[in-house]
Amino acid sequence: MHEEPAVEVHGLVKRYGSKTAVDGLDLTVATGGVTAVLGPNGAGKTTTIETCEGYRRPDAGTVRVLGLDPLADSAALRPRVGVMLQSGGIYAGARAEEMLRHTASLHAHPLDVDALIERLGLGDCGRTTYRRLSGGQQQRLSLAMAVVGRPELVFLDEPTAGLDPQARHATWALVRELRADGVTVVLTTHYMDEAEQLADDVAIVDGGKVIAQGSPEKLCRGGAENTLRFNGRPGLDLASLLKALPADSTAVEPTPGTYRVNGRVDPQLLATVTAWCAQHGVMPDRITVERHTLEDVFLELTGKELRG
Amino acid sequence: MTATGTFAPKPGAAPLGRMIRAQAALETRMLLRNGEQLLLTVVIPTLLLLLFSTVDIVDTGEGEAVDFLAPGVLALAVLSTAFTGQAIATGFERRYGVLKRLGASPLPRWALMTAKTCSVLVTEVLQITLLTAIAFALGWNPHGNPLAVLLLLVLGTAAFSGLGLLMAGTLRAEATLAAANLVFLLLLVGGGVIVPLEKFPDAAQSVLALLPIAALSDGLRDVLRDGAGMPWADLGVLAAWAVLGLGAAGRFFRWE
Repeated sequence: MHEEPAVEVHGLVKRYGSKTAVDGLDLTVATGGVTAVLGPNGAGKTTTIETCEGYRRPDAGTVRVLGLDPLADSAALRPRVGVMLQSGGIYAGARAEEMLRHTASLHAHPLDVDALIERLGLGDCGRTTYRRLSGGQQQRLSLAMAVVGRPELVFLDEPTAGLDPQARHATWALVRELRADGVTVVLTTHYMDEAEQLADDVAIVDGGKVIAQGSPEKLCRGGAENTLRFNGRPGLDLASLLKALPADSTAVEPTPGTYRVNGRVDPQLLATVTAWCAQHGVMPDRITVERHTLEDVFLELTGKELRG
Repeated sequence: MTATGTFAPKPGAAPLGRMIRAQAALETRMLLRNGEQLLLTVVIPTLLLLLFSTVDIVDTGEGEAVDFLAPGVLALAVLSTAFTGQAIATGFERRYGVLKRLGASPLPRWALMTAKTCSVLVTEVLQITLLTAIAFALGWNPHGNPLAVLLLLVLGTAAFSGLGLLMAGTLRAEATLAAANLVFLLLLVGGGVIVPLEKFPDAAQSVLALLPIAALSDGLRDVLRDGAGMPWADLGVLAAWAVLGLGAAGRFFRWE
């Protein structure tokens, strides 16, 4: 079945005065599933998301959300899209439950508000005004407001920024459930583990462009090679090991008795190495696998220097 | 994670009437819950009416002081809600992204502004009911055509709303807070609310008479105290401010 993408961005350019926030960005978000837009601060994540939400007018390029123009077709699009802003968006004097009920009342078929409050652990603070909620409670209320209208697509701008681990996992569980129920989720984050845990698809944004996109596994494979290390007796015949390994692998003995295999480290490669050790009567001591995490890939792609 | 169907998409906007009612009710609750707003819209007009009617501080001319003060305080009530209160509340809603977030909801922007207007009108009805009751208790004896009074109040609300929204939509929230309170104070003193315009020098009078607060309090006083017919000149001044204010607000208002 071919479905049109939930979000299609082509050549998006957005400038603020002399500063170019987004510089020819392309992004396609498949319908269903979770897409994480990952990038350092100032990479252009929020500007991109807010253009999709209809808050910004592109200086160049096209943006289609559910096949519609976020600005021209705003009235048709708004009921179908849930939005969680990076911060704020709620009357300081509004009570948590009151605000969620109000948001629900703007929709035709909202979720059960009581169940959602329970689900997000907001039951104890339902009567508390927004200004008195903790940062985590404010974030969860904002998330609840984004999903209460039963949207097809939700944009979550840094949904777990500043949350404690419990609240973070509760948010992740909700995102997974949204995905399972067929809601398309686009979230921005600068937490690698969040992208790795949640996303079917990761778009790494830097300097206003998408510099890499793919599943977390594919991105991790695409970076520099991974490494397997073990210790054994010195002077093993690595030529026979190399014959058993895939062609693009290397094996070296940097210091006597320590061995390093570089290549695409997967279960098959590990099995090959241990089988070879068994054949040669070698106990592979301290065998370790160093696979690249998304963080390694991210830092490799975006550089390690801190940005202002 | 297995699908539970809880979040299965079923999007749709609520009917417009329901959205506007819900939004107007929320805005009104926010306003009535806010202590500073109540001070401005209820406590100050009430105190002024009580104080200046019972203690002879300002020479209000011939007749009962309350007959002079009640129309002025009604004008002040409209000023406090439609201008000062609305400017400050909307300024902070803009600052804290409330207007931005509502902009992504199914509620259209014009419907949000309609809801705000409804909330202002509901608050004014409550204010006017309270102040009228107090004025009657103080021996107020109003005359005149109720339709003229209604027209003055509606045009006054439109004029002050336009100016308040212009301020809220263009200045920083803190600047709006300061400026809206300052303007409230200046208009209270110089707009014929508690001090008759005749007390000012002739040159100042002709300028002050063009202020919306002066037109509103003067028009209300002509009708309610003196039983005049339609105060066309005052209605004209208010209409001009309404067109200017609402036009400029529509043109320059920034949502974030």
